[in-house]
Amino acid sequence: MADQADFAAEAMQYAPQLYSAAMRMTRNRADAEDLVQETYLKGYRSFHTFSEGTNLRAWLFRILTNTYINKYRAKQRRPDETELGDIEDLYLYKQISTSRDAGLGRSAEESLMEMLPDDEVKQALEALPDNFRLPVILADVEGFAYKEIAEMLDIPIGTVMSRLHRGRKAMQKALHDYALARGLVAVDVAGSGSDSPVQEN
Amino acid sequence: MDACDGPDCRETIKELDTFLDDELSDGARLAIRHHLEGCTDCLQAFDFHAELKQVIAEKCHHDEMPADLLSRIERCFDLDFDGDGRIG
Repeated sequence: MADQADFAAEAMQYAPQLYSAAMRMTRNRADAEDLVQETYLKGYRSFHTFSEGTNLRAWLFRILTNTYINKYRAKQRRPDETELGDIEDLYLYKQISTSRDAGLGRSAEESLMEMLPDDEVKQALEALPDNFRLPVILADVEGFAYKEIAEMLDIPIGTVMSRLHRGRKAMQKALHDYALARGLVAVDVAGSGSDSPVQEN
Repeated sequence: MDACDGPDCRETIKELDTFLDDELSDGARLAIRHHLEGCTDCLQAFDFHAELKQVIAEKCHHDEMPADLLSRIERCFDLDFDGDGRIG
């Protein structure tokens, strides 16, 4: 049994990660601060149920995720998964390969890291409906395993996988749309039959 | 683009997520690696997605926490004298 007196010393190191995840979940600072604070208070209150030697970080993220779902999900109704649309596999990769002359404005040496602005990556993630956003945050940003995510969200592993897959594709489409809007991608030069919203030039 | 269209390529691309998420068994992982060694098209697609995953993690991970958030949280612990999770 974990001793409550040790909670701060062991748990506070995860605050920056919890705060970033909370920002991606709530999409604003005030709610993110409240969410992190509430997570820590719940953690403190129930630390005696934490089995020492297990993963404290995962335990805290589970509290964070559940608190978010219970408290904020209701007030932020978002379109559910049927509205995510069907996006082909390897969406962004194919779009970039197709419009190869402008390809997201990417030169051979330029990395995706330099090419994709921070704000657009955050926006692309934050625009996902909750069902998809939570698995993507937990897997791609926080690096949790499918099994851990399934436990946190209380859904089967197969559902984690399919939501991750579809959420990632939707994010890629958003990133491509932003690049189109910035005028960095040649619009459908090769006639790829893309279903992206084509920008009229 | 017609790359990645053979049956082996299709099977490989199907495992792109599980491979990059490190969720495959050793055997399945080896089979993918073996295919990637001989298939530039699939290798490029895998490299692209590995890089993208890294970019997403990096760019979504560094929000500056308000300076006083930690102290506010710790103050709440201190104020929860009887450990019932309520202040006071």
